[in-house]
Amino acid sequence: MMNEPALNGMACTDRDRRDPLLRPGNSNCGGCGMSNLLQMLRRATGERELKMVVPACCAAVTGGSFPESVFGIPAIMSTFASAASVATGVAAVAQLNGEETRVICLAGDGGTYDIGMGTLSAAAERNEDILYICYDNEIYGNTGGQRSSATPAGAATTSTPRGKQETKKDIIGIMAAHRIPYAASISLAHIDDTLRKLQFALDARGFRFLHVLSPCPTGWKSEPAMGIELVRLAVRSGLFPVFEVFDGERYVINIEPEFSNEALMMYLSLQRRFRNTGVTEESLQPNIERYWNYLRLMSGRIVPAKRN
Amino acid sequence: MSVELISANHAAALSATLAARANRTARGFCSGVYPITPSTECMEYLCGQEIEKGTVVRADSEHNAMGICIGASAAGARSFTTTCSNGLAYMVENCVAAAGYRLPIVMSVANRTLGPPWNIWADHGDSLLLRDLGWLQLYSADNQEVFDTVLCAFKLAEDPRMLMPALCCMDGFILSHTMAQVDVPSQEQIDRFLPLTDIPHRLDKTAHTLGQMEAPHASVVHRMQHHQAMLGAEQIYAEIQNSFAEIFGRRPADPLVTYRTEDAETLLVSMGTLGVTAERVVDQLREQGKAVGAVRVRMFRPMLDTGLRKIFAGKKRIAVLDRDISIGFGGVLWGEVRGFADPGAIVQNYMVGVAGGDVRPEHMLNLLADLEQRHESGAPQIVEVA
Repeated sequence: MMNEPALNGMACTDRDRRDPLLRPGNSNCGGCGMSNLLQMLRRATGERELKMVVPACCAAVTGGSFPESVFGIPAIMSTFASAASVATGVAAVAQLNGEETRVICLAGDGGTYDIGMGTLSAAAERNEDILYICYDNEIYGNTGGQRSSATPAGAATTSTPRGKQETKKDIIGIMAAHRIPYAASISLAHIDDTLRKLQFALDARGFRFLHVLSPCPTGWKSEPAMGIELVRLAVRSGLFPVFEVFDGERYVINIEPEFSNEALMMYLSLQRRFRNTGVTEESLQPNIERYWNYLRLMSGRIVPAKRN
Repeated sequence: MSVELISANHAAALSATLAARANRTARGFCSGVYPITPSTECMEYLCGQEIEKGTVVRADSEHNAMGICIGASAAGARSFTTTCSNGLAYMVENCVAAAGYRLPIVMSVANRTLGPPWNIWADHGDSLLLRDLGWLQLYSADNQEVFDTVLCAFKLAEDPRMLMPALCCMDGFILSHTMAQVDVPSQEQIDRFLPLTDIPHRLDKTAHTLGQMEAPHASVVHRMQHHQAMLGAEQIYAEIQNSFAEIFGRRPADPLVTYRTEDAETLLVSMGTLGVTAERVVDQLREQGKAVGAVRVRMFRPMLDTGLRKIFAGKKRIAVLDRDISIGFGGVLWGEVRGFADPGAIVQNYMVGVAGGDVRPEHMLNLLADLEQRHESGAPQIVEVA
């Protein structure tokens, strides 16, 4: 399902939610992937009632300064490690009162992969009725762009100026291991797939997890206008697999990449964070191949024979 | 009304359960809990209760137990949890948040020494960590007080003039695990006493954001509002005592409990169960004709400075007994109250039972003997007790 949507946002239709989730006046940087995500979430939500929990991250700053708020829905800014637990409380009370409210966590990679990992794991283990969305810019964007365990090997951050050594955590694998009803990765460059997943995740019950590769021009040292293109390149090269996992066991690959070396080269060269850190297309290929073989295996596809 | 033989941990949990059931026609009850000795029994009891329109979430840590309470309270429910010691220390970040959101969460603390080195016995150092965060703080001296305090704490914290979290403290093991008779009102009486939880700023259907960023001028206004609201606690607590007495036929303890202080020249000032021992010591010394009295600070936040000034007026010698130590300073209670004494009065600090030592009447008699021969206050003293 490869589609090539218009890059300059989406036209409004009457399917759209009337109130924006992200109002004008927000403090997001130009080209922020999280802004795109919130626009898509707005469309996917329609008239559903939402409540949002945002831990310390860029999205907490996005809200702007009291007394104005740019969020078009009731929201609470939680402490860094507590998004999934605060959402647990909100969702539990909604359930006690028979409300249809959908409780969403919107968290960055630090709050998800690192400091909030225990909280996230616990809420997933309890199968709380929460939709947890991690917008992953692969850096602690809020605090100036440091490494997190979501940062890929070879990316320079302000705390790893010569490039991070360790590879990125397999977050979907970790979440799937909790046997939650639904976990999926989302490509902002593939709108139909994104909308379908958002809508499915909004309607599903129990703990749902969505992982979104979220371009960050500030941290990636990339052109703001290139964000969606970078996501597309990450998908085309196989670097960012787009797939979903039902009940922790049924893997479905949604977009089959071309594994194009050219796409990978473009992805690396259009961001300054990969410059002079030693990372190359060749150094990335074995990891991409290994992970895709794993995904093929999990999704019941034919796995290429080993080459010696 | 029935009489139950229960531990203070169970008294706190039973009180919270009745308060939870009393909110069944409002938005219900939700609590996040995590075990830590000696507060564990309290959460165990709560987990064993069937609460109509209520749920108890078995959390993964104290930090998240409070996180769940924050979410539940922000969604408009009545919320309660319990912890102590390192659990409370681990929870502190979310305690700051609970206060900042002005959410009326009630927490029972079975005071225990902070480790390491690991020590499970009573010390007020854990709950005093929350001193400056905007939590109401109440310290109890027996199981009945624990039961009543939790009930009153809900009413106080949820009062529209207050809207802030409340801490109900009991000495670990000394109270938490000691069985005693407790008068337990009926659910019907509790329903009449406790209004339904109504949190005006809860996350409803309209778009508004709780706890977002704000500029210094907005933050200082919020801090001031919180401070001003807390200063009203004494007045509201008095109203609560009246309504409590009317419905239950007995009066919950005062925020400052005085014992034979009117004609006293020397005072013993303390918190928690130390106050009970102090009262027995006062009785002994009165028999010897010595004009001694005792003051128990039950409400530590807000600090009732006017009340204490009145009690301290004309007293020449005041021993402040701390079951805590602010390292590099002395006792926390002493630091708080020493300024309320008359100029020239000897306000001497004795830290007794720090890290859980068993404080006996003879220890208090010894330190009073020390106070009697003093001509001026000296440095805070740690009294070692076994």
